[in-house]
Amino acid sequence: MGKTMIEKIIAHNVGHEVKPGDIVTVDVDYVMLDDIMMPFIVSKFREMGFSKVWDPEKVVIICDHLVPASQVDDTRAYHISCDFAEEQGIKNIHRSDGICHQLMTEAGYVKPGHVVFGTDSHTTTYGCVGAFSTGIGYTEMASILGTGKLWIRVPSTINVNITGKLPENVMAKDVILKVIGDLTASGATYRSLEFTGDTVENMSVASRMSMTNMAIEAGAKCGLFAPDEKTAEYCGIKLDEFQAGLRSDSDAVYEKVINYRAEDMVPVMAVPSNVDHCVPISELKDIKVDQVFLGSCTNGRLEDLMAAAEILKGKKIAPFVRFIVTPASRKVYMEALKNGTLQTLIEAGADVTHPSCGLCCGRTGGILTDGEVVVATNNRNFLGRMGSSKVKIYLASPKSAAASALNGKITAAE
Amino acid sequence: MGMTMAEKIIARAAGMESVKANDICTVELDLLMSNDGTSHITVDKYNALKHPRIADVSKLVWIVDHNLPSDSVKTAASHKKMRDFAKAHGITYYEGEGVCHQVMMEKHVRPGQLIFGADSHTCAYGALGAFGTGVGNTDYLYAMVTGTSWVLVPETLRFNLKGKLPSGVYARDLILTIIGMISANGANYKAMEFGGEGLGSIDMAGRISICNLCVEAGAKTALMEVDDVAMDYLKQHGREPVACFKPDSDAVYTKVYDIDLSTIKPIVAKPHFVDNVVPAEEAFGTHIDEAFLGSCNNGRIEDLRVGAEVLKGRKVNPNVRFLVVPASREVYIQAMKEGLLDIFMESGAIVMNPNCSVCWGACQGVIGEKETLISTGTRNFKGRCGHRESFVYLASAATVTASAIKGEIITADRL
Amino acid sequence: MEKFTGKVWVMGDDIDTDIILPTEYLVFKTIEEMKPYAFSPLRQDIAKEIKNGDIIVAGNNFGCGSSREQAPEVVKALGVKCVIAKSFARIFFRNAINNGLLLIENAELADEVKEGDSITVTLNDKIEYKGKSYPIVSLPENLVEILEAGGLVKAMRKRNGLED
Repeated sequence: MGKTMIEKIIAHNVGHEVKPGDIVTVDVDYVMLDDIMMPFIVSKFREMGFSKVWDPEKVVIICDHLVPASQVDDTRAYHISCDFAEEQGIKNIHRSDGICHQLMTEAGYVKPGHVVFGTDSHTTTYGCVGAFSTGIGYTEMASILGTGKLWIRVPSTINVNITGKLPENVMAKDVILKVIGDLTASGATYRSLEFTGDTVENMSVASRMSMTNMAIEAGAKCGLFAPDEKTAEYCGIKLDEFQAGLRSDSDAVYEKVINYRAEDMVPVMAVPSNVDHCVPISELKDIKVDQVFLGSCTNGRLEDLMAAAEILKGKKIAPFVRFIVTPASRKVYMEALKNGTLQTLIEAGADVTHPSCGLCCGRTGGILTDGEVVVATNNRNFLGRMGSSKVKIYLASPKSAAASALNGKITAAE
Repeated sequence: MGMTMAEKIIARAAGMESVKANDICTVELDLLMSNDGTSHITVDKYNALKHPRIADVSKLVWIVDHNLPSDSVKTAASHKKMRDFAKAHGITYYEGEGVCHQVMMEKHVRPGQLIFGADSHTCAYGALGAFGTGVGNTDYLYAMVTGTSWVLVPETLRFNLKGKLPSGVYARDLILTIIGMISANGANYKAMEFGGEGLGSIDMAGRISICNLCVEAGAKTALMEVDDVAMDYLKQHGREPVACFKPDSDAVYTKVYDIDLSTIKPIVAKPHFVDNVVPAEEAFGTHIDEAFLGSCNNGRIEDLRVGAEVLKGRKVNPNVRFLVVPASREVYIQAMKEGLLDIFMESGAIVMNPNCSVCWGACQGVIGEKETLISTGTRNFKGRCGHRESFVYLASAATVTASAIKGEIITADRL
Repeated sequence: MEKFTGKVWVMGDDIDTDIILPTEYLVFKTIEEMKPYAFSPLRQDIAKEIKNGDIIVAGNNFGCGSSREQAPEVVKALGVKCVIAKSFARIFFRNAINNGLLLIENAELADEVKEGDSITVTLNDKIEYKGKSYPIVSLPENLVEILEAGGLVKAMRKRNGLED
């Protein structure tokens, strides 16, 4: 019987065949620890009686939620991170280089076929290069640090198959919002969400990242794209036989297959306050916007910034609207700096912040108050996520976000 | 009897032939600057008035710079109040354009003006021969409603500058030296007037840096004679002077200081007072956690050039968070065009959007318990930049950048 | 092989973490303080009636919602010996094991069992109810180790020779 992609990744890791529902123990290829969880991870690690991490080279610590610090106590997590790295000989520490999920693939850690865990729910992102990655709690992270292993249950797979050419102003973000809207927020719980079809094959790795990043918003354990030539180039590798074969067999058993025609897609937003509440922008009339946020691990990459810049070139955002741009990483910032994208955005009126989680994690970077409306390119619009519970958060693509900043009201790009 | 610059500006604003120190005058204000530190309070007080009105809305400039982007619901609510009010009344309003005093220098200040700002460092405007002074929000509100206020004409301390600053020594070192010399209240209630042939060798960025910090000696305002350097700056920014006042040769000064610029050395102000200055080498070896290049005092393109020059080809010490915060959008774009931001980002610095940052101690970049910061900001008071148990050293852009590379305090020439 | 018998509480589908422990009670510092409010949106005083050794049998998607570890902790603190459900939400499943709460998946029992009846569980083997036997998919050794130790922190302490 054929195997799905996730079954192949796990089987390769454990050295024997697996099927959905099996509980197996995997050897972990990388772990991602973010600053905000570090105090808890380190304390559990010690309580468990460990003194040495199993393999310092497989541990990546990333300070992104709390750098630069906006509260005096934020620096505590930073120092715990730095001290632990020093104590354990962990060289993979990023103190101010950008968002964890961006760096894990961009900085060359995660490769196709890897098994990776992170202390953040959006760890599903690395499926963009064909890795199995998912979020866990800090207690489990502490145990991985000590043992290098974790048990997992092999998930069944929902296949999302998209064919055809996306309309002009429809981006990967619109696609994933539509998929989540159809699946609902729990529709893929425990499942692997596997994206196939020529539409996604034609997408950049960055676009695929937006989709795997949000797989968790449908409850999925992971989101996956089969690695291809683009993946290899992005990862700076040549795919080996195992990696090249990382796609579901034609007779693989999917729990469900959902088919989409790309041509049917339209620009959408997830309206307050559920990610699965997906509405075509054409139906969102006369909604005034107070702030626009372009950034996050979902949509803070070069192509996202460039898409927005294209719309804003030579123009000014609407008066009294704040437009906050937070590149996903130092590398993204520098590329956008060099190719003139940042200048276009800043001249249009954007406030470009240092690469970090920024507003998405709700601690700084443009917090809002009662009655305000924000159009944001990140992944969650839960009540209270960006300030008071009376803030209305609309999730959108970078193009729709830029168009909304330009017009001062919710608009799709034209 | 002759008049000082301060007296001349006040005389003009009071519509009088002449005034002298310690007179109390009713003056008409030329500009009224307010930022997000207190504007929301001003709005509340305004709304509580029985007959609220704005005398001349064209004189009001409101600037969001302290907590930008907003870091809390409370901040967001204050900003909203300020923004909505500005919008409703047609007040000139900036959000994200830069630190208030830098934005004022770039877009509004003209020689000869009398300007109130609801911020202590408003004295920076003296670099363009304007009388700027900080006021509280009640004084601000009164001026906003009536267009006028009362001022006590300050006595003046005169600083005659001669010679040139040595290479590797900056205006920042000069003003810290002066504050150390006259102490933190040495100019209390007074004007500090700068002139002399030495002034010509100091660029606009240096002049703003000097005037801006005079409040740390207690000064009511700082003033510099308007020369070609100032006129060029004004022209570049598309403005004309109101009046270029020069002090009379027989003006009465409380005290006159002659300062030979060639004797100034790199200086640091140690915790927790601006006048706690020592030669930089006395602080060498002090471990630092964070370095800050920015603020209304030292976040201009000239300062960023100094920092980038020191940093070029080197790396920020991994144990240091080096915050680089251009003082305005104009500065940011210029730094971008000159490739300075590339240098900073490549070396590991944290480049932030123009705002007050850690100088204000309540937005991105604050320091934690027992941490040490070396800063080009305005103040090193206890707790100013974050945790109450933290330490702030003030120094020039060059010394701050060199220290960020070394991980401990050092001057650029000793790296 | 460990074997135990307990009284059954029957619950439906989608018992979410806000039902297990409503958000407002998360402010309490200890699980003991939270305990009386467990499952209160479902039935006001059920927490007081659940006795040590009882068993919860539920439908699909038990524990869906947030990642709060207090949810499995409070169920364990009530003395619930195990939860048998048609399915569990992912994060809850992991959090439960890590906190030493036994979970068993079974597709049929929820539709057949009556509240108040007794069932017998033989660990890693079967569930017995009214003469019928339902097989249990055995957990891997390492999970049993975690459960038997009373949670992941304790299991790791044991592994590291800090506890017997």
